[in-house]
Amino acid sequence: MHDFQEEASDSNRSMKSATGDGAGSECSRRGFVVQAAAALAGASALAAALAPLRHFASDDIPTIDEFLQKHYKEMTREDKERVFARIHDAVQKRYGVAPKLLDPPPMDGVEFVYGLNLSRCIGCRKCVHACVQENNLSRSPEIQYIRVLEMEKGSINLETANHHYDPPQVPNPEKYYMPVQCHQCADPPCVKVCPVEATWQEPDGITVIDYDWCIGCRYCEAACPYWARRFNFTEPVLPDGELQPNMAYLSNRPRPKGVMEKCTFCLHRTRVGRLPACVEVCPTGSRKFGNVLDPESEVAYILKHKRIYILKEDVGTIPRFFYYFDERGSRYHEPIAPYTPESDA
Amino acid sequence: MKKYATFLWECIRLSFVGDWRYHLWMTLLTLVALLGLHAYCQQLVHGLITTGMTDQVSWGLYIANFTYLVGLAAAAAMLVIPVYIYRNMHLDDVVIFGELLAVAVIVMCLLFVMADLGRPDRFMHLVWRFNFPISMLTWDVIALNGYLLLNLHICGYLIYCAYCRRKPSPVFYVPFVFVAIVWAISIHTVTAFLYVGLGGRPFWNSAIIAPRFLASAFAAGPAFIILTLQIVRRYTRHHVGDDALLTLRRIIQVAMIINVFLLICEVFTEFYTDSAHVASARYLYFGLSGAHALVPWIWTAMAMNALATILLVLPASRGLSWLNLACLLSIIGIWIEKGMGLIVPAFVPTRLGEIVEYFPTPHEIMICLGIWAFGLLLYTIFVRISVPVLAGDLTYDQRYGNLESQAIQGPGQS
Repeated sequence: MHDFQEEASDSNRSMKSATGDGAGSECSRRGFVVQAAAALAGASALAAALAPLRHFASDDIPTIDEFLQKHYKEMTREDKERVFARIHDAVQKRYGVAPKLLDPPPMDGVEFVYGLNLSRCIGCRKCVHACVQENNLSRSPEIQYIRVLEMEKGSINLETANHHYDPPQVPNPEKYYMPVQCHQCADPPCVKVCPVEATWQEPDGITVIDYDWCIGCRYCEAACPYWARRFNFTEPVLPDGELQPNMAYLSNRPRPKGVMEKCTFCLHRTRVGRLPACVEVCPTGSRKFGNVLDPESEVAYILKHKRIYILKEDVGTIPRFFYYFDERGSRYHEPIAPYTPESDA
Repeated sequence: MKKYATFLWECIRLSFVGDWRYHLWMTLLTLVALLGLHAYCQQLVHGLITTGMTDQVSWGLYIANFTYLVGLAAAAAMLVIPVYIYRNMHLDDVVIFGELLAVAVIVMCLLFVMADLGRPDRFMHLVWRFNFPISMLTWDVIALNGYLLLNLHICGYLIYCAYCRRKPSPVFYVPFVFVAIVWAISIHTVTAFLYVGLGGRPFWNSAIIAPRFLASAFAAGPAFIILTLQIVRRYTRHHVGDDALLTLRRIIQVAMIINVFLLICEVFTEFYTDSAHVASARYLYFGLSGAHALVPWIWTAMAMNALATILLVLPASRGLSWLNLACLLSIIGIWIEKGMGLIVPAFVPTRLGEIVEYFPTPHEIMICLGIWAFGLLLYTIFVRISVPVLAGDLTYDQRYGNLESQAIQGPGQS
């Protein structure tokens, strides 16, 4: 007993002088017990506070490999092979489907642009759902890259648009429809603001995200004038058997929780000569996609000959996505001399 | 080096020592901080879906608190400028409390940013690929961490010198004090530029935001310090003269008038022009298409700010009770206006005209309270350490210089 007192007061010399001035060893022992109890209570409170961490899924905690994974642009071929193999295994384990994970590079002499015919779109939202399927977008919570707006005729005013129209049949003859998605700007504010360069513009004009580099600050989402970026507020959920197995690292591979994602013009398709899913599915042919650098392309023709509308041109981000109209009437008029004061006299 | 180790040890030891009120206060703060940590752990597991944020309103309470607190931290400069530039010695012995506040508040700022990140585990990516100078967020990282280090150095040096009973050598801290003044203004300017630089959000895309930030910071910050100093002088032996408080009152007076003036400029420009860009401001002040979650808040803030300004201008606020009321009103008023009132409306309506309102979840609020509690905890510890050390009640010589004296000497009880 006596020894214990000695020991306690010895090892807690500083504590003793802290708690009591010239206190006896009896008092110091009580002090020690109180302090030990306080420390124990503190430690258990801390443990209780950290308790939710037990619910981490085992594949949710980054492994050393994942933690040290390099930025996409810094990866060598060997790095990529290793990383892609790991992603392949993770996807297979999780979805039970062996994915075909590719990394198609941008093609030389190609700059993609996208045209949308406002005269033709009927607002059927087939594009929205084709995009969801093709790009493995989360079904719960629901993430969609394309938002179709039901617009009031007589203006192009987003503030009066209806985002949640739900009639049994489209189109409503009193309205017109304006789908909005990533405009793949040539001067993208989202790329500018990213603090870690997790998002950048590729040589073919597509702005991509390295989902394994994004820190999830959502600054890009605040910067985008077209509301084109989406955040994974939780682990994205795909129904069984609906995984689209043809995927690319920079586009439609399954995303983790806590990172941004966006439209990539379906680069896993378009970089190997196919059309984006939304273009392919459109029943009205309102959607046109192609290489603007090729003068023979449809988009080059439209840009040269049609009337074009650029949404929010005033923000100066130079979109690669434009709206156009079918022209009827004007072009069939016989040419006449324009009005001048002289012709009046 | 050994001496410095004893200093750190004394700091740790001292923060556990105090009377029952101190222990009660610290236990409460620890409890709230741990509850916040608990909520944060749940957020880590489930993701930011535990918050009220959405793709439509993608920043909320965290960034709002962050913005407000950057201002609070910058306010330390308002104590330093009178002392070091105008040689107004009323504030001489309270300057250090402003700087310590800056340290605690910047730590809170960094915690709020961390809480807002979707992938805090990838924090190191900031170091490996730093998008400087293009991204304003990288400027903010530098500004905030630099400010933290500057203030840590200044306070740490002064307190350590007092502990060693050494006269602080001006070479080691005065240049840093001057750098810190400029830096204080820069942290708030850079934080304002985070928002101002976004052309896609007209509510933020206005040059007046940065000056408004500074004006409100220089009102709310010193107001907070006035209240803190009264607590310090009540519960410790540290002397704080009324002169110091009244000098601060004059600073708040001017800052508050400028703040209200700039607010009027902003409101006039928005509503008189009445362009399509007024939608966010209309949502904030009057509600938009049946959505008006922020309306009661902003009018409360406006009333508080107006009342605080009137009180501060009137001679009545030379009395401490009126002054305290004015300080409290401006702290809360500016917190609403600079926090929720500045961040959330920029997202409503969305850039495609959709109206989705933001309502913070209890989870999110708990995390915010936890961070506030942790900040207060830090600040209490800082004050707890600095008061006896600066008063010369606790020095190296007393504690370790002479072994006999060690037995007699208790720490500076306050």
